[in-house]
Amino acid sequence: MKLNFTPEEQAFRQEVRRFLEHSLPEDIRERVRLGRRLSAKDHIRWQNILNDQGWLAPNWPKQHGGPGWGPVQRHIFDEECAAAHAPTVVPFGINMVAPVIMHFGNEEQQRHYLPRILNNQDWWCQGYSEPGAGSDLASVKTRAVRDGEHYVVTGQKTWTTLGQHANMMFCLVRTDPDAKKQAGISFLLIDMDSPGITVRPIITLDGAHEVNEVFLDQVRVPIENRVGEEGQGWTCAKFLLTHERTSIAGLGHAKQALRHLKSLAARLQHRGRPLIESPSFRQRVVRAEIELMALEVTNLRVIAATSEGCAPGAESSLLKVRGSELRQELSDLTRRALGPSALPFLDDFLYGSGELNDTHQADSAAGAAQYFNRRKLSIYGGANEIQKSIVAKTILNM
Amino acid sequence: MDFSLSDEQRMLADTLNRLGIDRVSPEQRRQMLEAPAKGAASPLWQTFADLGLLHMPFSEAVGGLGGEGTDLMLIMQAFGRCLSPEPYLAGLVLPGKLLARLGDAEQQARWLIPLLEGKHQLALAWQETLARYDAHGITTTARRTNTGWEIEGSKQVVLNAAAAAGILVTARLDDGQLGVFIVQQGDVGVRYHDYLTIDDQPASDMTFDTVNLPFEACLSANAGEALDATLAIGRAALCAEALGAMEVACDQTLEYLKERKQFGTPLASFQSLQHRMVDMHLHLEQARSMTILASTCLEQPAEGRDYRIAAAKAYCGEAARFIAEQAIQLHGGMGMTEECYVSHYAKRLIMFDHYLGDTDHHLEYVSEHLSAVA
Repeated sequence: MKLNFTPEEQAFRQEVRRFLEHSLPEDIRERVRLGRRLSAKDHIRWQNILNDQGWLAPNWPKQHGGPGWGPVQRHIFDEECAAAHAPTVVPFGINMVAPVIMHFGNEEQQRHYLPRILNNQDWWCQGYSEPGAGSDLASVKTRAVRDGEHYVVTGQKTWTTLGQHANMMFCLVRTDPDAKKQAGISFLLIDMDSPGITVRPIITLDGAHEVNEVFLDQVRVPIENRVGEEGQGWTCAKFLLTHERTSIAGLGHAKQALRHLKSLAARLQHRGRPLIESPSFRQRVVRAEIELMALEVTNLRVIAATSEGCAPGAESSLLKVRGSELRQELSDLTRRALGPSALPFLDDFLYGSGELNDTHQADSAAGAAQYFNRRKLSIYGGANEIQKSIVAKTILNM
Repeated sequence: MDFSLSDEQRMLADTLNRLGIDRVSPEQRRQMLEAPAKGAASPLWQTFADLGLLHMPFSEAVGGLGGEGTDLMLIMQAFGRCLSPEPYLAGLVLPGKLLARLGDAEQQARWLIPLLEGKHQLALAWQETLARYDAHGITTTARRTNTGWEIEGSKQVVLNAAAAAGILVTARLDDGQLGVFIVQQGDVGVRYHDYLTIDDQPASDMTFDTVNLPFEACLSANAGEALDATLAIGRAALCAEALGAMEVACDQTLEYLKERKQFGTPLASFQSLQHRMVDMHLHLEQARSMTILASTCLEQPAEGRDYRIAAAKAYCGEAARFIAEQAIQLHGGMGMTEECYVSHYAKRLIMFDHYLGDTDHHLEYVSEHLSAVA
């Protein structure tokens, strides 16, 4: 057993680092560093740069335009991106719908959609959750009724992340109301400009407009926009969820958050000394550091298993639970480290174009909002309680 | 990066697990614990010798098999799984590793070779009441005399002292350095108070009252670094032993939840118990990761090594306690009984924290060495 990276892998890390130093626009880097919301344009600007480099879709096979990396390289790439304050690639097209189209889509769909995803021509959003279907995803009610060469779709989707920018949505709809729960579901690709679609913002407790409600009223969707067979939607959905969970530990982000926390705690004063020297605070930083060490090795174990062709199993649920808990703990520590400076809520700076002259105020502005935002980590992608039930059933056979 | 085992390692692990099942059943273990200690003459110890286990953790330079940290991990994990009563770590690895580093050719011939051949066992006396887990802050002294060395002081919880042909004793020298000396059974001025620890390990408190030793009893007059390296190996090995015990505690608890019915349904059907069981599993897997980290860092420079070892020992200490306490809780009243075998695992797992430094001790180490950057 060895835990170190090979010389080739270390050289790859250097290559990624150099690329990020050169190619990540300074204004984008700075917005990410300060925890400010990026505009749709900024996201696309960065994703075009990645695409020009051939690195936009690390998970894609080479034949579709992926870089042909293995799991270790993808892990290194994620880590370096987080360390350099690069924006997270909007995952709905690249990491979520694309693998489904590759696996279940027909040739025509692959030819049409995959290049458009890679070239950032389409912005995808996810039509999964509904007001009555959260963790219990299979109880979706949005109805799709066949009418000649179309489905007529009516219903409501929610928690649609960045749906305000999207022109396409992949959607779970019920095509057969009489079939058993999972069996009556199909997977549709819906043009967001279709008549009958309304997108309404949901403002979350951090004051951000990240998620939306999407209302569908008699929306006509051509049947060629169905991926897979009618009734096969649940298979697509499950397939997609396993792809979603492979990098769910968010380890690169956790590492970056710990670095940020340490530098804050070294700089900020507490009773005349650097905060990091305060025993009770330091103890929590120490515990977070050790948890991160454990999580990193667990993550590498999963990556190594994936490299050998094993599907990520229970460990990915474990990573999701512990990874989200750690990131939440780090966001709590960061908020506390800021002390009274965590209180001002400068939303024009965080979510808009307002500027601040005071660098301390700018550095502190996102702390509390991010703490509240990070509560989502243990809820989305299958709430942590759901993850535990999955492990109990599938691994422990309880 | 490579987490796979070599073919030899897989064979080793299989052999050891079979050995545990065949030779250390709960009943066999009870008989071994109740019988008078046989030291190296114990049949199980002789089987270790036949299997090459006594040579495994030592370098080829001193006549060993050159096993790595991960080989030791597999051995200790298997011993943890069966709660092996043999003092593999205390009677072989710790004193042997220190001897291999410090002893001259004569001392190695006298003490190390017979150790590896299964002819005798040794012990390491490093711990003192006042210094707790600090191996350097000791008050036992060694003074040079015309005829050799004079030892004065005391040691606490010396595992395997009664069965050891020689005991390596640490002492503070006049120049402030740490020395290591070999004390033999029968040396004048040495007193033993023998007992079993609460998790069934034979141990002794020792006092040294003007003990005069010949020059050749001194292994080193500057042993600080060697002692640190040896204790690092011991800590990694303990993590592995605890890992094995955690695996079994989890397995037995899961099995019990599936078997035991209350309110007309298996306990395993209750969601609160399912999630608790998953939490145990989660601690187990994270402890496995930290044990791997500890076992693969032993060849690194002292600073990086000891940081990781401290982190691993602290982490495994907490995981072990969580799993032990939940194993008792989920077994209900049965978990409180001697008869229910999981209670023996729980005892080993709780007391794991008291060997070679507890969670607080190691958290403090990490805290003192916390780097400013991640």
